[in-house]
Amino acid sequence: MAPPRAVFVDYPLGHTSGKPDDPADQDAILEAALRLLEAAVAPGTIVDLDLRWAEDDSWKLPLLAPEPDDERSERHPEPQYQNEEDRRAAETAVGCAGCVELE
Amino acid sequence: MAAAVASSQRLPPIDHIERTRRLYSSLGYEPYRWVHSASPPELRPLSKPLAASRVALIASGGIYRHGQRAFHHRDDLSLRIIERDTPDAELRATHFAYDLSAARRDPGAVFPLAALRRAEAAGRIGELAPRAYTFMGGIYSARKVREVVAPELARRLGEDEVDVGLLVPV
Repeated sequence: MAPPRAVFVDYPLGHTSGKPDDPADQDAILEAALRLLEAAVAPGTIVDLDLRWAEDDSWKLPLLAPEPDDERSERHPEPQYQNEEDRRAAETAVGCAGCVELE
Repeated sequence: MAAAVASSQRLPPIDHIERTRRLYSSLGYEPYRWVHSASPPELRPLSKPLAASRVALIASGGIYRHGQRAFHHRDDLSLRIIERDTPDAELRATHFAYDLSAARRDPGAVFPLAALRRAEAAGRIGELAPRAYTFMGGIYSARKVREVVAPELARRLGEDEVDVGLLVPV
């Protein structure tokens, strides 16, 4: 990716916009992104917000292993619902409101 | 993991490109070919103050709404339209390549729609656009993203008369 400008959040993958159940953290990250929009910077500028996920950085250690664990799941070609109720709701709906298929 | 790190010791950010190279190598795959942009990105200054701007959220990470078809995990190019006032309780997350536990507990961890509503209520942004756009990401064809997904998003953001697009990847 080559975004025009970006803020970087040094949290584990899956927390781009903040810690869960922490609206103050999420608001602070959004505010930093908005400030960067207002700043005059060079194209491609990435600002490290210097945030810390935890008291210490030990969460990074497993990710630095010489042979990392493959944590990806199988890439199924069918919809992968969060839960069965979601599946039922989607499969009984007429069409899919807000779905845009692209080929 | 028994090892510990003193709280004073800062480890550098995880280099996911290098980590993916190691992973592919240990799995016996061909090296992953990361996208390289030939030219620097175009940067446009704000056309008006943020407090007068319409801001749209565009996010990868596999966010969909209860009742919509979920993303599949094999190069899904499709988009989901998420109305701006969709409650967090109706947002869902699906993906093959990241830990979904935070996103499923609080979608705001990867999809800051609620934070943008708060910024609108505070007058920090003029207006949150009527709809957000999501896709899954993890699409292995950079060409399809460039030639199909991105132009479709740009067209829709133009239709929505958006001033600022906030891209939130996972």
